Amino acid sequence: MSGWLSARAVTVVVLLAALALLPVYVELGGSRFLLTLFTRIIILAMAAVSLNLILGFGGMMSFGHAVYLGIGGYAVGMLAHEGIYSGFVQWPVALAASALFALVIGALSLRTRGVYFIMLTLAFAQMAYYVVAGLARYGGDDGLTIYKRSQFFEPINLSNKTQFYYICLALLYASIYLVWRIVNSRFGMVIQGSRSNDTRMRAIGFPTFRYKLTCFVIAGVLCGLAGALLANHTDFVSPAMMYWTRSGDLIIMVVLGGMGSVVGPVFGAIALLVLEETLSGITEYWQIILGPLLLLVVLFARGGIDGLLRKVRYA
Amino acid sequence: MPDLLQVENLAKRFGGIVATDDLSIAIPEGQLHAVIGPNGAGKTTLIAQLSGQLTPDSGHIQFAGSDITALPMPARSALGLARSFQITSLFLDLSVLDNVALAVQAHAGHSFHFWRDARGQVELRDPARAALARVGLTARENLPASALSHGEHRQLELAMALASKPRMLLLDEPMAGLGPEESARMVAMLRELKKELTILLVEHDMEAVFALADRITVLVYGRVIASGKPEEIRNNAQVRDAYLGEQEAVHG
Repeated sequence: MSGWLSARAVTVVVLLAALALLPVYVELGGSRFLLTLFTRIIILAMAAVSLNLILGFGGMMSFGHAVYLGIGGYAVGMLAHEGIYSGFVQWPVALAASALFALVIGALSLRTRGVYFIMLTLAFAQMAYYVVAGLARYGGDDGLTIYKRSQFFEPINLSNKTQFYYICLALLYASIYLVWRIVNSRFGMVIQGSRSNDTRMRAIGFPTFRYKLTCFVIAGVLCGLAGALLANHTDFVSPAMMYWTRSGDLIIMVVLGGMGSVVGPVFGAIALLVLEETLSGITEYWQIILGPLLLLVVLFARGGIDGLLRKVRYA
Repeated sequence: MPDLLQVENLAKRFGGIVATDDLSIAIPEGQLHAVIGPNGAGKTTLIAQLSGQLTPDSGHIQFAGSDITALPMPARSALGLARSFQITSLFLDLSVLDNVALAVQAHAGHSFHFWRDARGQVELRDPARAALARVGLTARENLPASALSHGEHRQLELAMALASKPRMLLLDEPMAGLGPEESARMVAMLRELKKELTILLVEHDMEAVFALADRITVLVYGRVIASGKPEEIRNNAQVRDAYLGEQEAVHG
């Protein structure tokens, strides 16, 4: 077993500390754009962490996970549009709506497996996309501008960029810790056993469906929270938040970072979005570079970035 | 002694093929009952119906006094009916100890516990270690299950079945693919287990069957053609024709 000073542990600690110190760097003269970029990275990393709970640990290949970004985001956007700005209303509604949606589509799609599960989760997410795009009152296809961010008590102010960054970061760290506790608990052992061999799990006495469904709902709620943050970050929601390519991005983050590793999706989110940012500065056809890169990871580094770090040993 | 398992007029068809044909078996508590028969006789189909993986078309299965014909797999397992698989079916990416600990956890109440580290819980780990010790895998407990040999996979299968503290074991060809030495070890292990458990054994290895069984049932095309003590089966002309003769012919 790797000790405390393994390359992986060092990288994780350095990374978490660097994220915590980023606003200080910006204050000392770094680009303010960095703060905006990394707020976005942190929010999407949270969504990827939640996807990893079902995908990496539970083996549930959901291809519609971005739908919760949309649901959480629209909960904030719609309520704000109706003049309800309190975060104490908006956020619980965002979480409850995500939970309900996950419960319903989970109950229907978790009865299937493999490609059918992928298609069902994709289909339900696309359905939600078209429903939202049809809501003329809330901007339809064009989306909805949010004029005031979620209101909490003083001195919490989401419009303060540094404060908002730290709130997102704290919630990301909390979700990583939560997922870490969950996957190592009895519940988590059932989820991992079911990924490994579901038939055998049922044969030894686990009614796996209800565990998988619970896990599916937890992941949906976590991603719904990320959606509420994202809406506040961009001051705007649109159906594009839950388009299927967004779900694809989240899967890429998980695979790139390392499936079934608690911190993997954070590596993946940073790698994907920083690459996207730099490559798109070089050429508008940046995806031509990203594609082969992903191919290399899938072919030669199955464990993703986290898997590579685990292999690094001191001489 | 009362019968622990009672199967009455069980039938299962797959299209035109009759896999189980009006089959009845009664197994009293404490007995090791072997089911033998040529390939395609419906032995695995029988075990699948007993464990709840397949639903019979008609007939009844009683276990420990209650009708379990319509119960799903987890409920049967909770009543104390444990199954081992013919094709080894383990959690290959989990550790050997995790495999057995999961079997213990399956019978330790519901698993909606989200916070405490499961790998630190002695109430799961200790019984798991005890089961591993009984099958002689203690030294391998931290390896991933995928790193074990075929024979060790069988031992692990058995440890998992034992860890659920079953009243009855359904063993589907536990000797399949084992070398002579591993087979002998498995026979010795089953001889020990048979002192405390009721066992239904499906097995091709005749030497093992006749060494272990209290009673033997012979299946051909899903039907029972004979059932009795080992010596009765050995001397049964119909069985010799249908099965044992063929085996001897095959193995020269």
